[in-house]
Amino acid sequence: MNQLLPLIPFLPFLGFVINGLFGKNMSKTAVGLIGSGTLLASFLLTVACFNQVSTSGPIQSVLYNFLTVGNLQINFGFLVDHLSVWMMLIVTGVGFLIHVYSIGYMHDDAGFWKFFAYLNLFIFSMLLLVMGDNFVMLFFGWEGVGLCSYLLIGFWYTNRDYGVAARKAFIMNRIGDLGLLLGIFLIFKTYGSLDYAEVFARLGNGDTATITTICILLFIGAMGKSAQIPLYTWLPDAMAGPTPVSALIHAATMVTAGVYLVARCNGLYSLSPDALHLVAIIGTFTAIFAAIIGLRQNDIKKVLAYSTVSQLGLMFLALGMGAYSTAIFHVTTHAFFKALLFLAAGSVIHGMGGEQDIRNMGGLRKAMPITFWVFLIGTFAISGFPLLSGFFSKDEIFAYAYGHGGPIWWGLGLLTTVLTTVYMCRLLYVTFFGDFRGTDEQKHHLHESPKVMTIPLMILATLAVVGGFLNTPHFLHLGSAQWLAHWFSETGAAGSSVIPMAEMHLEESTEWALMLITTGLVLALIVALYFVYTKRDNLPVADSAQSSLARLIAHKFYVDEIYDFLFIKPTERLSKLFHYYVDIQGIDGLVNGVGRGVEGLGTQFRKLQNGNIEYYLIGMVAGVVLLFLTLFL
Amino acid sequence: MLEVIRSIPIDYYVYYAAVLFIIGVFGVLTRRNAIIVLMCIELMLNAVNLLLAAFSTYLADAQGQIMVFFIMVVAAAEAAVGLGILVMIYRNTKSTDISLLDKLRN
Repeated sequence: MNQLLPLIPFLPFLGFVINGLFGKNMSKTAVGLIGSGTLLASFLLTVACFNQVSTSGPIQSVLYNFLTVGNLQINFGFLVDHLSVWMMLIVTGVGFLIHVYSIGYMHDDAGFWKFFAYLNLFIFSMLLLVMGDNFVMLFFGWEGVGLCSYLLIGFWYTNRDYGVAARKAFIMNRIGDLGLLLGIFLIFKTYGSLDYAEVFARLGNGDTATITTICILLFIGAMGKSAQIPLYTWLPDAMAGPTPVSALIHAATMVTAGVYLVARCNGLYSLSPDALHLVAIIGTFTAIFAAIIGLRQNDIKKVLAYSTVSQLGLMFLALGMGAYSTAIFHVTTHAFFKALLFLAAGSVIHGMGGEQDIRNMGGLRKAMPITFWVFLIGTFAISGFPLLSGFFSKDEIFAYAYGHGGPIWWGLGLLTTVLTTVYMCRLLYVTFFGDFRGTDEQKHHLHESPKVMTIPLMILATLAVVGGFLNTPHFLHLGSAQWLAHWFSETGAAGSSVIPMAEMHLEESTEWALMLITTGLVLALIVALYFVYTKRDNLPVADSAQSSLARLIAHKFYVDEIYDFLFIKPTERLSKLFHYYVDIQGIDGLVNGVGRGVEGLGTQFRKLQNGNIEYYLIGMVAGVVLLFLTLFL
Repeated sequence: MLEVIRSIPIDYYVYYAAVLFIIGVFGVLTRRNAIIVLMCIELMLNAVNLLLAAFSTYLADAQGQIMVFFIMVVAAAEAAVGLGILVMIYRNTKSTDISLLDKLRN
């Protein structure tokens, strides 16, 4: 297996090279086959890896020495432990389904080959990110996925707004990357190494203040990549990309890189209660804030985007409570149901001929039965309908919130769940129930998506239903209680648990009560909202008819405008200032000044060359005389 | 003969030649008439000739005097060419004023 390990990331890379170089002249079938086929091969290898990791522990493999500077040695090496292999399964598994789906979704696009090349490059980078055995490899992948995200958001680059959205994502991520980079530097300064195994084996070498600083810096990186307040605004705009991209990169995998980073460094974070506290606060605040904005969005993808931000917030809440494996569990279930929701939304958009505004939809359940059912499953899963995947993962987060943080944290979590249920049910009911509100042309065009799109949807729907049983709570006594958490707690490369089991000191009766309250509330809301949103009066209204509060929410609390005013405008003004005073007046002035000076000097010297022979002769004689004087006197 | 020449100190020859040379230089620099300029050049050459001859006699070395003959020959050739040019200039400009010759400027 060790020899085959590099194949897992490099097969998609091969796909990228083939599609990127020759895809233009290949048939769409061939491009799709190469794009998905390489990924399927990686997935199968990952499954093999998974088997080996479960039986004989972590696999390490060093390809070559990447660089050596002084006592810093960086290997291009892979460390596949329980956490890595789990992320790899998600990336390659969900990624494969989305690749297959894209064959149908992007079929009429001129940039079909380019799309698959980018997607494969993304998978390669993401695999490097999770497979690397040191922080530099992680950073490598981190930047790679950022690049692919940029390329894919701006995939339809002829639209100016999409290009702007791509740039916004790139720059926002860059701010976070700076934090990550500084964190990595500080890790090297403190521990003298960047290898996971070495750093995590001697965590005690750092003092608390340094560890807290490292944790916060790394978390700033996570904030950027995982769209947490204050760096979240790029993610909703990232919906400019094609829908499979939103599903794969901006919901299922890339945005969870921040969660992976914190979970990977759980040893560090556990030593710094302050940093964990900050993570929990930011996560919770983001979860609620984004959910509120999601309530009043009318673009089907925007709702899901804010939902993603909100769910990521919940994952950080779990991390902040020290329940790292729970966060990864939620990453997993979220990957299933959010990829499902996005792809189903893509199917809706496909069927509606590009329409994204839910106010122009309605009653789609008759025309698109498969899409409707999978969307329903996705909605119920994310809301926490009993026994679906989101039910287990969210319930576990709230249990830890109650057990470690106290009732207030639990209450905030519950509020998020309520908001989640409201906006998701609104989306479901407004889109699929009631009467069709689009144009006649759209009604005529309306159709169910082809099989190449619906089959991945059905597989994801199945996963979204059963995914929760990976980690059932112990008080349900389902036999495989907390399987995932136990699995993660096995010994990793550093000699300790990959992710130690989080402790829980709650009575079973309390846990039952918490679960029943949440579930009861969710079920009541699902039923009540059905009656609210299938009535014509309660449908979302046109922008001009909104009340002031609704408009405030619909405009995302004007956060973009505030950022624009606070950061972008001053920066622009500063750059104009620099442009005028430093560039034009300073640098250009200097360069042009030198030119003008030489020219002026030349004009003066030119006067000596007046063509008058006597003049030259006088010069010559004067020169000779001077020579004699200096030589002999 | 040798004694007669040697009875005059070498310094005098040097001063005399220097004065002749400087007169020549001033003539070349200040005069505009091409004929006078040519004559002044001859003057400078002859100043040098004089110096060569004087030193050659004092050091009892014939090389200096051979040099003098060479210079005389070159000076004759130069005078012939220079006067030839001068005639052509006079035909074209009806003047021997060298300050009119500034066609190479610009």
